[in-house]
Amino acid sequence: MSFGLKIGGALAIVAGVFVASHFTLPPVISQQRGYRGHGDEILYLPKTLAQTRADNVSPPPEPAQDPAGQPASQVYQNLKVLGKIDANEFLRLMASIASWVAPVQGCTYCHNQDNLAYDSIYTKIVARRMLQMTEHINKDWKAHVGATGVTCYTCHRGQPVPTYVWFNAPPPAPATVGGFAETNQGKNLVSKVAVGSALPYDPLTTFLEQSNEIRVQPTQALPGTDNVSIKGADWTYALMMQMSNALGVNCNYCHATRAFRDWDQSPPQRVTAWYGIRMVRDLNNNYLDPLGKIFPPNRLGPLGDAPKVQCAVCHKGVYKPLFGVSLVKDYPEIGADGIVDLTANIGSLNDYKDKP
Amino acid sequence: MATYQNIFTRVQVRGPIHSVPLPRGSAPRLGKGFFNHLLGRIGEAQVGPIYLGATGIGSLLFGFIAIEIIGFNMLASVNWSPIQFVRQLPWLALEPPAPKYGLHIPPLAEGGWWIFAGFFLTVSILLWWARMYRRARALGLGTHTPWAFAAAIWLYLVLGVIRPVLLGHWSEAVPFGVFPHLDWTASFSLRYGNLFYNPFHMLSIAFLYGSAVLFAMHGATILATSRFGAEREVEQIIDRGTAFERGALMWRWCIGFNASAESIHRWAWWFAVMVPLTGGIGILMTGTVVDNWFLWGVKHGFAPSYPLLTPHVTDPALTYGGPK
Repeated sequence: MSFGLKIGGALAIVAGVFVASHFTLPPVISQQRGYRGHGDEILYLPKTLAQTRADNVSPPPEPAQDPAGQPASQVYQNLKVLGKIDANEFLRLMASIASWVAPVQGCTYCHNQDNLAYDSIYTKIVARRMLQMTEHINKDWKAHVGATGVTCYTCHRGQPVPTYVWFNAPPPAPATVGGFAETNQGKNLVSKVAVGSALPYDPLTTFLEQSNEIRVQPTQALPGTDNVSIKGADWTYALMMQMSNALGVNCNYCHATRAFRDWDQSPPQRVTAWYGIRMVRDLNNNYLDPLGKIFPPNRLGPLGDAPKVQCAVCHKGVYKPLFGVSLVKDYPEIGADGIVDLTANIGSLNDYKDKP
Repeated sequence: MATYQNIFTRVQVRGPIHSVPLPRGSAPRLGKGFFNHLLGRIGEAQVGPIYLGATGIGSLLFGFIAIEIIGFNMLASVNWSPIQFVRQLPWLALEPPAPKYGLHIPPLAEGGWWIFAGFFLTVSILLWWARMYRRARALGLGTHTPWAFAAAIWLYLVLGVIRPVLLGHWSEAVPFGVFPHLDWTASFSLRYGNLFYNPFHMLSIAFLYGSAVLFAMHGATILATSRFGAEREVEQIIDRGTAFERGALMWRWCIGFNASAESIHRWAWWFAVMVPLTGGIGILMTGTVVDNWFLWGVKHGFAPSYPLLTPHVTDPALTYGGPK
């Protein structure tokens, strides 16, 4: 074999391995969504679409029950947030929650098996708060979840700890660097959140826990109004990559990519996403972070903070969680009707520990 | 007779090591020179002797210092782990100072090293330019090559020095790192409202693609006519032979017009240097005189508007009483 052929063959093998391991092979389905000629298309991979559909199926609701005719608070003890619902419906909801959140562990994941009313397991306190959170989302965040709403299953998917929960990221290298060397810049390392780029590795704390300004583009052609740096754009870019990945969509799902800031050219999905960011901030600050006092240390992050939510926790790679199938209509008690008591004290581990 | 009808180099010239006398006062060349078959397949088979001189040695020294500063800071960012340094090398970078430092010199750990690295790298590049200029002169050549290199240095200086100084922020400059400098280009375009609407960016792209097309056209023409002696293309500028006539005829048949053996090289040189010259102007205007290129395009009537096929929405942040 000639020298040229050997070199060419070796290069072809290297290139082939690189292409096969880094790129998606066709076919790709593209669906035009905007005006012709400027690439406003939604892309699907038929190969992975079937798997994604299979992974995001909403479970059937538990069969409806005849009402018992009296509220659960008259039948069961120590009900703090669910006292108002019908006693039979209460049992149905409890069974559903077990199958949504802890199908392997069952009732005892949250309940003391000696007395189900005891508040001796931390998960029961957390579950009460999560019921309040679900109600809050369905009632006060319709701008994001619409009438579809969310249930425990939207995030949990049969697992006690939902996938994609996140914690404040510690500096990646232990802080022993010291000396004169460059300190941690929050970027220039592998950023898992920003899809393996070198962008900031923790935009979530900055934007989904704190409320820093996301917008970076000037609102007028000439200088004079805006002073956001290029570095600021890095952080926004990282947040948007998280979002794009969480929904399985490209930038143009929400933006006219030639003018990212311009609302007049944006698809309506951008409004939904805008409310989503505010919703996630609200949930992280008012529902999840405060639970840091309830969770045992092994459930906390490396900096001692409670697990928090980001887009992917519900969406899991799909533009609408569970492809938009609603379970809330079968469980009106956690819907928008205000049956879960949002203001009730969820209690503490000591409150009901030793009482019958 | 040598055959040139191949896309790879087929001819390797092997004679006595070819050299010319050095001007008075020059440092001696290093090494005696040797022939290498593999290198002869992609270029000249003779390697060395190399001339470094004061500017070359200075350039290598300053460049080495810059690379050391960048490399050791990258190594520190993975806590001095050589394995992680190798694994994550494309992600690592030495970052310019934060915006709060303006044009002040920040502490070493917060961008000071970036200023040092930039200084040493700039000195290294300028010394290398001086070396190219002096070598061109020493050989009695024109100075086209150093001036072409100077065009690239212009773009480098705009990105790293001139524009940041005009804006009053070192933070506007580019990080030293593989992926981070690419991320910088994306963030730069996002921050300044889409660089594709910058006319000088458009020009730069046109010259870049034009350079590629011209290079392909010229290379193909010379290879295709080399069986008639076209590889002696410079002689053919004043003494047109059949090779040149056939190449010219080919292009006149195809597109009605042809460059001359001289002018094709001027086309190539100008297209190449115009890439960084226009690009540098475009970068320099960004943030200094134009803040949002898309809106600037709208203002000057060259950014078209398209019909909206989805329902019109407004900025929810403007909604009274809603969340901010």
